[in-house]
Formats: sequence, structure tokens, C-alpha cells
Amino acid sequence: MATPRKTLAHLTGAQPDARPTCFHCGQPCPQDAFAGAEKSFCCQGCLVVHQLFTETGLGHYYDLRPTPGSRIKSAASLAQWAYLDEPALTQQLIDFTDGQQTKITFHIPAIHCLACVWLLENLFRLHSGIGRSQVNFAKREAAFTLAPDKIKLSELVALLTSIGYEPALNFGELEKTKANPGRRRAWLQLGVAGFAFGNIMLFSIPQYFGLDAVHGGAFRTIFGWASLVLALPVVVFSGADYWKSALLSLRQHLLTLDVPIALGLAAIYGQSIYEIVSRTGEGYCDSLTGLIFFLLCGRIFQVKTHERLAFDRDYKAFFPLSVARKGPDQTEQRIALSGLEVGDHIVIRHGELIPADAKLLSGPALIDYSFVTGESEPVEKQMGDHLYAGGQQTGAAIEVQTVKAVSQGYLTSLWNHETFRKDRQADLNTLTNRYSRRFTLIVIGTAILAGVAWVIAGNVPRGLKAFASVLIVACPCALALAAPFTLGTAQRWLAHIKIFLKNALVLERLAQVDAIVFDKTGTLTSVGASAVRFYGGELSQAEQEWVFSLARHSTHPHSVSICESIGEQFPAPMRSFLETPGCGIEGQVNGQEIWLGSRDWLAGRGAVAANLPNEAARGSVVHLAINGRHRGVFRLSSALRPEADLLIARLAGCYELALLSGDHERDRQRFRDLFGAKANLNFNQSPLDKLGFIQRLQTSGRVVMMVGDGLNDAGALQQADVGVAVVEKIGAFSPASDVILDAARVPQLSELLTLARRSAGIVRLSFGISSLYNVVGVGIAAAGLLSPLTCAVLMPLSSASVMLFACGMTTWAAKRGGLLTSSQLPEAAV
Amino acid sequence: MSVILILIIASLVMATVFLVGFIWSVRSGQYDDTTTPSMRVLMDGDGRNPSTDKLKGKPSREDISN
Repeated sequence: MATPRKTLAHLTGAQPDARPTCFHCGQPCPQDAFAGAEKSFCCQGCLVVHQLFTETGLGHYYDLRPTPGSRIKSAASLAQWAYLDEPALTQQLIDFTDGQQTKITFHIPAIHCLACVWLLENLFRLHSGIGRSQVNFAKREAAFTLAPDKIKLSELVALLTSIGYEPALNFGELEKTKANPGRRRAWLQLGVAGFAFGNIMLFSIPQYFGLDAVHGGAFRTIFGWASLVLALPVVVFSGADYWKSALLSLRQHLLTLDVPIALGLAAIYGQSIYEIVSRTGEGYCDSLTGLIFFLLCGRIFQVKTHERLAFDRDYKAFFPLSVARKGPDQTEQRIALSGLEVGDHIVIRHGELIPADAKLLSGPALIDYSFVTGESEPVEKQMGDHLYAGGQQTGAAIEVQTVKAVSQGYLTSLWNHETFRKDRQADLNTLTNRYSRRFTLIVIGTAILAGVAWVIAGNVPRGLKAFASVLIVACPCALALAAPFTLGTAQRWLAHIKIFLKNALVLERLAQVDAIVFDKTGTLTSVGASAVRFYGGELSQAEQEWVFSLARHSTHPHSVSICESIGEQFPAPMRSFLETPGCGIEGQVNGQEIWLGSRDWLAGRGAVAANLPNEAARGSVVHLAINGRHRGVFRLSSALRPEADLLIARLAGCYELALLSGDHERDRQRFRDLFGAKANLNFNQSPLDKLGFIQRLQTSGRVVMMVGDGLNDAGALQQADVGVAVVEKIGAFSPASDVILDAARVPQLSELLTLARRSAGIVRLSFGISSLYNVVGVGIAAAGLLSPLTCAVLMPLSSASVMLFACGMTTWAAKRGGLLTSSQLPEAAV
Repeated sequence: MSVILILIIASLVMATVFLVGFIWSVRSGQYDDTTTPSMRVLMDGDGRNPSTDKLKGKPSREDISN
């Protein structure tokens, strides 16, 4: 049971007469707070959930963290989820079932703290049909074991929703890929290599100090054979990827770095077998296993996955899993989106997505296309109008008839473009591979030269040894570690400040970027948060409260913006609220008649605007009248992100800049001033236009970075050399891209580019250092003097120093670039 | 001489046991999620768990590895 806990106000030392906060979710409570057991709640939902938890012994939830809950938005109805029980759909959603037990994994974005994990893992106390549940915090996922005869899938989802943990069920969920086995394999390879490396090292110590001669050659033979046996699984299993990739690149007539590595490995193992079998030496198994061990460390270090993020989403992850279909008898029924057919009548409520191109049957509708087409203002549609898939209805529910299949819509057909069909080839033109071409040729040349020179001098065995030794010592372990450790470190620092890279190689491409293309809506300007200015004299505190109380009842984006600009006010009770679509809203607050709406609507009712400055007439305006008298005008303009202008100014000198917007030209002059005279500004761009623009830039020889946010940028992001997706909330939907960027980090794009260029420089420097070691080693080897001890010292020394240099320099570069100071902001990356 | 041989074999056997343990831990998915277990230790519940409470029987291998 929960111990009585202090309220948040108490903890923060706020005045006792301050408004109480909700015991469950921490939001401020209204005056008529829902009280229960000396605790206050903001709404009925939170109160019910709290009672449920305390009754079932889940009160511990509140001990783990103050106010851990999320606000319970609405009572969950079972019928809403009934479609989940369709066998065909259930089959696609669950992980596994044997009739007795069913396993299912849900993505639950609301998971945010320790208490969430505890609650979800103790869910079995709430329903007898639920068995073990396990949360993966990093992925925001929870796996449940159910008894299918006791609880239906719909009941589980309804239960989760009712306690504030609604699973994300979207259309893409049906084809999600299961856990990636590659990562486990990488760990196994590393484990085997480490095991062999450690043991062989122990065997080799007597040899390093010449102690093995004490008992004649016996130990030497035993240790030699034991080393060979231990090294075999390392060569075959741990090194498997190097053999494969070397073969592959030879077949493609390329000299990637894996070729000299494979060559070196083969030479070391071959030489060791020869020496041990012929009893002429002790072999190099210690160096061999150590080398593979370090290489695999580099590989694991480089693969830093951001599990909360998906870099390969298409529109399906944005679309809902179900829609409300209206049957012939006018009853509504939730059906799976995959079962939606052309001609179906569906109902779209506030905030819901239009899943397929459709015709509006009951209007008017106000469709927000900002994420889909880039239009910043919601569009009004009348009955019979055509609606594109992806738009979101704001306001009252509408009824539409689908005219196209989900995958054939105006927007979704973008994914049929060839850009999405070709798999992005693994980029072989990396810094490492460019360097390795020269490197490989030099090494093979030196090996042959050294061998031939000794043979000519009449010393054939020494010639053979020199040939093999050069290959062994030149095995570019340190070289292969330079890029993974530099780029991997940079990637980690970037993740700290919520700049997430798909993989480390993206940094290399970032370093080459010379043209940057921006999207407008959602990227340079922020959606929703408009800059609101009031003309007509300061509003008094009381007036602000009235306007707030009225506007908060409307879901129209303008009302929402006005509410936000006024700030959190205490809502007064509201009477006779009326929303007239296309005109405005009205209502009585504290006996005052408040009207908010268009100029004409107010003028028609006798409230005529007078003495307004000119600038108050431009852009989107909302007029305010109080008790029938015109009071003033709210002007809304899409707000530039803070410091976005500074970013553009900084980038303008070094890069070719362009702006692509799906919005109309209203803001052209403003962006012309911002971007300068040379930049290419394009408005009214369709998703395909954007893709084409990037293609044209690339054919003119530019390396293009595209910065965008919406589905309409998806084509351009895919086509660009580096696609940067801007998200308002980490973990929220973003189209397929190479970089996912928290919206607050947009101003730091220039620092990102600088760090990328510096990292590329550090990789080159590390190449220099490792080459230095190689020159020394090859010198010894070509003379035919290479001993296992030299090799065993030189190899780890070069690897370790390159690793240290790469990590240290990159951290320094990140600090100097000003990236790390900002990481001290609260709530760094999770 | 023979003592050393026995010691070598014994040490190899020990090392192999650890290797097998490591392989088992990887395969059972302990390296798949490294964040949540660190949070789980901080929660002290009342010791009830689903395997004894509700669905009878030990959790199956599937439960652990997925």
C-alpha cells in the first residue's frame, strides 16, 4: 500500500494556497477538484485509475516516483478495440501462441520512468488472464503473456488504455521485423575471440621469456597445438564476416579494407600451421586471435543503435491500424485498415487521420495537411470536396467515402517511386576504402619485393618468411579501427544532444555535403506554435481569462494558438458555447458575451473593426469582440524556430542553400531576406517536385543534405545523400532518413556539419598513425626478422593507441565545437 | 611435467565453462536489453510474481528469451 505522500506543491515548497496538482498525473487541478482520500485529482479518469491501483495492491506505483501517471484522456471503450479480435489481424499482431499461452509485444510510447516499468510488469494483478509481462525500456516496448481463453486482445488493449498506457497501434505494426539476431551473433563472435585470445596469451607467455626450452621442446609442441586448436573457431566463426566480405569485394573488383585483413589473417594462420607442424617455431596464434578480438570490438563499438528510433519508416507507421466504418444500417464499427475497401463510408473524428483519398460527405471539414503537404494553415473543405490521405480533421466529426485504396493515394503513391524501390547500396566509397586501395597495393608489392629479394640473394626460406611476415605485420588492424572508433565516438556525443545518426558512416557523408535544402513548415518554422500578437491595446487580466476560457473549448488551430499565447489561465465556467464552422466561436464567460472569429462574421453582427494598424490585416487574423463591441485583433504568423535565422546566416557562406515548401508563397519575401539573393526558393512543391529538385542538384555534382519533417519530404529525404528528419518529440513518427534530429537542435545543424568534417580529419590522422606502425613493422618483416614477440607487442600497441587517439580527439572536437556544453541541458538523451 | 599438464587441462575446462555460460547468456537474450534490468533492481515489490500467482507453472523458455 502506498504511504500517504506529500503533494507536489508541498515538495516544491509552493504556497499552501497554490492550486493543487493531480496526485496521479501532476497536472494542475480545477477548482472543483476530484478529491478522494485527501488527494486531489485533475479528472475523473485519474481518480478511477488511482482507486483501481490502490485496491489491487498497485499503490507502490506512486512510491517509485511522484506523479508518475499520464493524464487519462478518455474512458476506453471495449468496442473501440473489438476489431483486434479478428483472427486474421490477431495472427499478424501476436508473436507466438500455442492455444494455452499467447505472447504479444506492444510499443507503448507513454512508458517514461521506473514506475511505468514496475506497473506494467505487475499487470498480472489486474487481470487473471495476464501472466508475465516484460518491459524493454529502451525500446518503449512491453511483452505480455496471456491466457487467450481468459482475456481477449481487445480487453488487454482496453485495460492498458484505461490506465494510461495506450499501445501504439499503427498500420506499419503489421509488418514489423522481429528482434535482430545479428547483434547476438556479434556478441558471440566477440566472446569466442576473447576466450581464445586470453588462453593463447597464457600459453605464449613462457615462449616470450624463453622458458619453454627448460623441458626440451615438449611444451612448445603442446602449447603450439593447443593454440592452433583454440584459434580455429576464431578464424572460422569470429572472422567469418571478413572472409565473406573480402570475397565479395574481390568479386566486384574492389579493394576494400577487408581484403588486406583477410589476406593478413590467412597469412598468419598459414604461417602458424607451417611453423608448428614443422616444429620450426611457435606460430602467431596470439596475434591472430588478438587482432580479430580488437577488430570485433571496433565493430560492436561502431554499431550504436538507437532502439527507440526507427530510421526506415514509411507512411504505414503514420497511418492508424483501424478506422470507424459506417455500415449500411448507419451503425459504426471499428475495422482494420487493411480491410478498408474503395467506396466504404468512414467517420473521421477530431485529430484522426484520413487513411485513403476520399470524398467528403458531410461537411464542412477543416483539414490540417501540415505534416503531409507542408501547408501551414488548415484547409477548409466543403461537402463533395476531394480529401487527400494523411490529412487530419480538426473539429467536429466528418463522414467521408473512400475513392482510392490506401496504397494508391496521392501521397502514399510516392512510395511507389523508384527511389524507394532500390535498396540503398551499402556505401563502399568510404574514407577507409579509398585509403585501403592504395594501401593494399603497396603491401602486396612490398611482400613480393621482399620475398623476391631474399630469393635472389640465395636465401629461399628467409624469402618465404619475409613474404608471409610482411602480410602478417601489415594486416591493417589499427587502420580498420580508426574509422569505427572516431565515428562511433562522435555518434555517441551527438546522441547526447538528441541528434541521432542511423549509423556512423552517415558522418562521413555529412562531411562531404556542399548543398543544403530546407523544408519550411515544421522544419524552419514550427507547426502549431504560431507567433500571436494582439492589436488593439493591452488585454486586461480578466479579459485574458475570458478569451482563454472561450478558446479552450475549440479545437481549431487558431484557438489553440491563442490559448497557448495567453498562457495557462484558470478556466472560468462557460455558458452557451457555439462554434460556427468557417466563422468563429462565441460563448458567455462570467456573464460577458465573447465572440472570436473572422472580420466579416463579427461585422455582420455589428462589431466593426476600427482604427487598426495596417499590419494587423495581413496573414491570419482572428477578431475579438466583447459584449458586441470590437476589442481587437489577434494576428497569427508561422513562427520561425528560435535561432533559425542565425543558422541560415552561418550556413549561407559555406553551402549552397535552397528552400522547398509545399506551402503557398505568402512568406516568400520573408525567406528571401533570410536566405539571401542567391538561394533557390521554391513554393507550392509537391512531394515529387521535391524529389526531382534534389535529383537535379545531385546531377549537377552536389552532395545534398535535405532537412525536412513531413511525409511530403519523404521522397526528398530518401533521395538526398543525407536525409535529416526533424521531430518535435523523440520517438514520434518520422519519415525514413539518415539523421533524426530533435526540433530544438535545428539551430545546431552547423555544429553537426563541423563535427562531421573534423571527424573525417581525425580519421585521416589516425590512418597516418597506423601507417607509421606499419612502416616500422614492414621494415622488420622485410628483413626477415619478425618474431612472434615483436608481433605480439606491435599489434596491440598500434590498435590501442589508435583507439585512444580516435576517441580522445573526437571528444575534444565535440567539446570545442560547443556541442557538449549544451549537453548539460536538463534531460539529455535517454 | 604431468602436474602442469593437469593444470593446463583444468584451466582450459574452467575457461570453457565460462565460455559456455557466456554463449548461453547471449542466446537467452540477456544482451538484447541492457537498460531495463538496471531499473528493475531498484524496485522492491512484495515478492509476488506471475508464475506462482496466476498462470500456473514455470515461465517457459520463450518467456525469458523474447
